[in-house]
Amino acid sequence: MATNIEQLTKTASQVRRDILRMVHACQSGHPGGSLGCTDFLVALYFDIMNHRTDFSMDGKGEDLFFLSNGHISPVFYSVLARSGYFDVKELATFRKLNSRLQGHPTTHEHLPGVRMASGSLGQGLSVAIGAALTKKLNGDASLVFSLHGDGEIQEGQIWEAAMYASANKVDNLIATIDVNGQQIDGSTEQVLSLGNLRAKWEAFGWDVLEMNGNDMADVIRGLNLAKTKTSKGKPVLILMQTEMGNGVDFMMHSHKWHGIAPNDEQLANALGQLEETLGDY
Amino acid sequence: MKKYTYTEKKDTRSGFGAGLLEAGKKNKDVVALCADLTGSLKMDAFQKEFPERFFQVGIAEANMIGIAAGMTIGGKIPFTGTFANFSTGRVYDQIRQSVAYSDKNVKICASHAGITLGEDGATHQILEDIGLMKMLPGMTVINPCDYNQTKAATLAIAEHEGPVYLRFGRPTVPVFTDPDQKFEIGKAWMVNEGTDVSIFATGHLVWKAIEAGEKLAEMGINAEIINIHTIKPLDEKAILTSVTKTGCVVSAEEHNRIGGLGDSIAQVLAQHLPSPQEYVAVNDSFGESGTPDQLMEKYGLSSDAIVKAVQKVLARKKAGN
Repeated sequence: MATNIEQLTKTASQVRRDILRMVHACQSGHPGGSLGCTDFLVALYFDIMNHRTDFSMDGKGEDLFFLSNGHISPVFYSVLARSGYFDVKELATFRKLNSRLQGHPTTHEHLPGVRMASGSLGQGLSVAIGAALTKKLNGDASLVFSLHGDGEIQEGQIWEAAMYASANKVDNLIATIDVNGQQIDGSTEQVLSLGNLRAKWEAFGWDVLEMNGNDMADVIRGLNLAKTKTSKGKPVLILMQTEMGNGVDFMMHSHKWHGIAPNDEQLANALGQLEETLGDY
Repeated sequence: MKKYTYTEKKDTRSGFGAGLLEAGKKNKDVVALCADLTGSLKMDAFQKEFPERFFQVGIAEANMIGIAAGMTIGGKIPFTGTFANFSTGRVYDQIRQSVAYSDKNVKICASHAGITLGEDGATHQILEDIGLMKMLPGMTVINPCDYNQTKAATLAIAEHEGPVYLRFGRPTVPVFTDPDQKFEIGKAWMVNEGTDVSIFATGHLVWKAIEAGEKLAEMGINAEIINIHTIKPLDEKAILTSVTKTGCVVSAEEHNRIGGLGDSIAQVLAQHLPSPQEYVAVNDSFGESGTPDQLMEKYGLSSDAIVKAVQKVLARKKAGN
């Protein structure tokens, strides 16, 4: 199936509306990173990954995705629902009592599409490596994708995993870092500088690519290029430049919208900037 | 007092190694991960037999737990191996989120538990691990008592669906349980039927309890000795049946008195059958360097300590408190 950038962009607009409405409805959650990573997740689930929506935990014969920075659950839930894992109406239960859509993703409530709890940061790369190793043992040629925040890589476990993956040639894995330069207490530069990310990951033995995470055509290009780099003896890393809050003018250029919800007026303003393309839930 | 004898002493970690090898032969989905302690964990036989199913992760325990959790996706049954301290305290959050909360079928196998690790001292002698692990919802916690029981437990957890913490040790201890036993998770083992006091022991303290039982028999005290190898899920029925008969309890474990087997038993009794209980356990302290025997003596984990605890609890029972 040919990639339809226009259609993907329309889907992304709807997903951004979902994110804002979900976070507004419960007056909590993380809109900034969710909006920034929307194009990436839409590209993965609607174009790049070979996956099935009749969910099985083992995911044999299909590509797998692990969200390591679990706080951007709104975008994950919206994309799962919009691609058919569960009814979009369920998005209205986000962060509410008795919901399968917990504040951070969990397998515990049996939400289709979620294979690992995340929220406590730094753990998802190890998990993705484990799933990739099992695919190799099972003779399963499909791929494992993961997403991490740039602030998240301040966690030491990420670097344990980075070292392991290259030393053991885990080359059926494409990890992406959302480089938005922001974290809760300020910019990554202010809080704890990440230094030269490309040099660091290359020094750890990864094949490093870059893409603009808020340009759908470039996301598709970058992910397809990454796929061609697999099975060559190295794990693949994408440094994905994004803008926290992308798609809503007043949420961009700041870390302020990392973890707060818009009020009624702000929601109306934000939704006015995003076309309703697939129908609100 | 039922007579228990032994012809050899072996370390429980070797029981794990033997069980792991056999589990690997039985089920091709069994995989093993180790954080640079393959020899100490006795995982070398598995590594040699199944090199493609053995994963050396280096000195990176957090990564090991995460990889193990991921490996379950697609049907593998991962056994992780390192010292108990690095299997629990060091990686508590990884176990909590990626294994327990994520409902992953990971077997966390921990050697060198407790003070019998010996000369390396307190940095390596964890006495809090049972407590840490039993507090995690859905986690099964097992602390077998000898080589044979550890081997049988290793085979049993391979067939059990769900996260397990299997705790064993470094020193050689008497091998006195049936080599062909079927290990039943959550089912206490009646070591010796008695009427005067219930001694509930786990791990290395089970043999100490048998020694204590023989001394008590000479003093005319008929002790019931029960091996609680599975601390969670706890065999509440066995505990209540025994204490209904004896009316008092001594718990014995190589663990901090806070948060271990004794507390699990006390919780059951407080709810259903309040009874006098004495603890044989480490008294809320860290360990230190020394030989295993010296440390067991110094930290009050000897058969004599069990005898004293029995005498004390019997006096309390008699006095009605």
